Amino acid sequence: MASNSGTDGRSQIRRRVGLKLWLSAGWLGVLVLAALLAPWIAPQDPLAQDLFLGRLPPVWQQGAEPGFWLGTDSLGRDVLSRILYGARLALIVALVAGSLTCLIGASLGLMAGFLRGWVDVVISRAIDIWMAFPPVLFSILLIAVMGPGLVSIILAIVVIDWTRFARVVRAEAMAQGAMDYVASAQVAGRGRVSTMLTEILPNVLPTIVVLLTLEMGIAVIVEAILSFVNLSISTDDPTWGGMIAEGRTSIHQAWWVLIFPLVTLFLTVLSFSQLGEGLKDRFDPVLR
Amino acid sequence: MQLFRAFLLRLATTAVTLIGVAVIVFVVIRVVPGNPIAMMLPPGATEADIARLTAQYGLDKSIPAQFLIWCQGVVQGDFGTSITSNQPVLRLVLGRLPATLELSIMALVIAVVIGGAIALTGTRNRGTKVEAALDVGNGMALSVPDFLWGLVLILIFGVLWPVFHISGRVTPSLELPFTTDFYLFESVLRLRFDLWADIVSHMFMPALALAIPLAAIIGQLLKQSLKETMHLDYVTLARTKGYGENHVITREALPNAILPTLTLVGVQFTFLIGGTVIIERLFSYEGLGNMAIDAVINRDLPLIQGIVILFAAIFTAVNLIVDLSYALLNPRLRHGQ
Repeated sequence: MASNSGTDGRSQIRRRVGLKLWLSAGWLGVLVLAALLAPWIAPQDPLAQDLFLGRLPPVWQQGAEPGFWLGTDSLGRDVLSRILYGARLALIVALVAGSLTCLIGASLGLMAGFLRGWVDVVISRAIDIWMAFPPVLFSILLIAVMGPGLVSIILAIVVIDWTRFARVVRAEAMAQGAMDYVASAQVAGRGRVSTMLTEILPNVLPTIVVLLTLEMGIAVIVEAILSFVNLSISTDDPTWGGMIAEGRTSIHQAWWVLIFPLVTLFLTVLSFSQLGEGLKDRFDPVLR
Repeated sequence: MQLFRAFLLRLATTAVTLIGVAVIVFVVIRVVPGNPIAMMLPPGATEADIARLTAQYGLDKSIPAQFLIWCQGVVQGDFGTSITSNQPVLRLVLGRLPATLELSIMALVIAVVIGGAIALTGTRNRGTKVEAALDVGNGMALSVPDFLWGLVLILIFGVLWPVFHISGRVTPSLELPFTTDFYLFESVLRLRFDLWADIVSHMFMPALALAIPLAAIIGQLLKQSLKETMHLDYVTLARTKGYGENHVITREALPNAILPTLTLVGVQFTFLIGGTVIIERLFSYEGLGNMAIDAVINRDLPLIQGIVILFAAIFTAVNLIVDLSYALLNPRLRHGQ
């Protein structure tokens, strides 16, 4: 039986949380560097096609061509270079779409949870309606309407995912609003909005940061799904989802076209999520 | 009585939600730049041809007028006509619904079985390495969505060790004697276990991909509530009576620990159904979701409309059933406290 008493178990959990945090942050850091440095470190032009170099296996396999480390797809485009360039789009979407969704969703949730009244009624009803939409179908629909492109992807994510923030932040703000410190701020003559921003917001902020991290992972997945069904950006530009779609069709001839972007995407999504979970544990006062 | 009134109120909000969904889809798909009618006609079509067909589908009227006409039709069971296939939307959608329902329910069953096994094994071995390993696996399964699990399964069981089919619903060359679209169900009724095996072998990969994240959620939550229940006095009492650990967990703790998991499973089940859209695409499974993506790509407005409303109706129905069964199962709510 493991001893669960006192500091022993706690420090054990803390160490595990630390490892999780560092591994995820490490992978994401490498990815950011790769995206920034892509023009300098990519061994090939990610758009260059050469049908004579089609479906080359990775370098450690028979029949490989030096310089094409992870092989090529059916059009002879270098898999590694496309993954590196694809990281740019994935990270831009994660950052911009994640932050915008967070800003809008958290603001609405904060208002609904603290101001209550008709504001809450309207926002809560909207959340209910939104929850009745199948999210993937909704995002595909929005892209079809707005036309493919980076702005459309970001807008689609914001329009669909704001409820993730609004739901949780609303509940948190409601719980915080019932506490004594809020009442005393009100007694001291603070206005409603001022109380919301200076008293409630700082206390809800850790939750928002965790949600933001998770949302970035979700944004990466949504972008991959949209480019998988060929609705992301122009078909030539390298996207992980587009590469995966190509790999899915040529899976029996060239497994490497699927597996490398898939592993990259998998690790990225896992890292965002583990980072979020790790931060949640970090912010947890009981563990601290 | 109180419960009945709550039920009516719940029904009313459900109706409001569905109308809200209908309005949003209606408006969103009608601000599409580019005339869907122009896209379906051959290049040589005249302006008059386009105008005639636009009028035929009612697309020349204002959006509110179109919405009213659509609502009138829906009340009579008419969801319009698909632009691409020129068939009634209702028939198309109902033809695909069974495939998606069978897939979702199979996924739910798999998730409950795996999740339950994780929770029970974890509780039985609490505080050991086994539990720690299960927790790590659970964390991974939770962090990665169904789309990626689907791809991983395709790689492992479709390519490296090809034991399952990774595309379609049934082998196309097979002769199907079915009269309904519930292939899985009907193959059992007709005792055609050869067909049943083929259908399951097609369905298992997409269903498992959908089930993995839900299984992890069930495993985590059920284990947590089992652990809490294990500390209660009546469980200790059962132990002192001399019952074995397995009996204590499954017979004494489980019935009381299961309720919170049950409500969560209901909500998560709607997410699972939403996930079928991309999973069906990934596995070329001929269900509603795959049809939906085609409809969006072809700008088939009436069909998109019908499918989204149907999904929304399923979501709200599942939520309603969950709330209702929770009220019936929970003695505190049943007795109106």
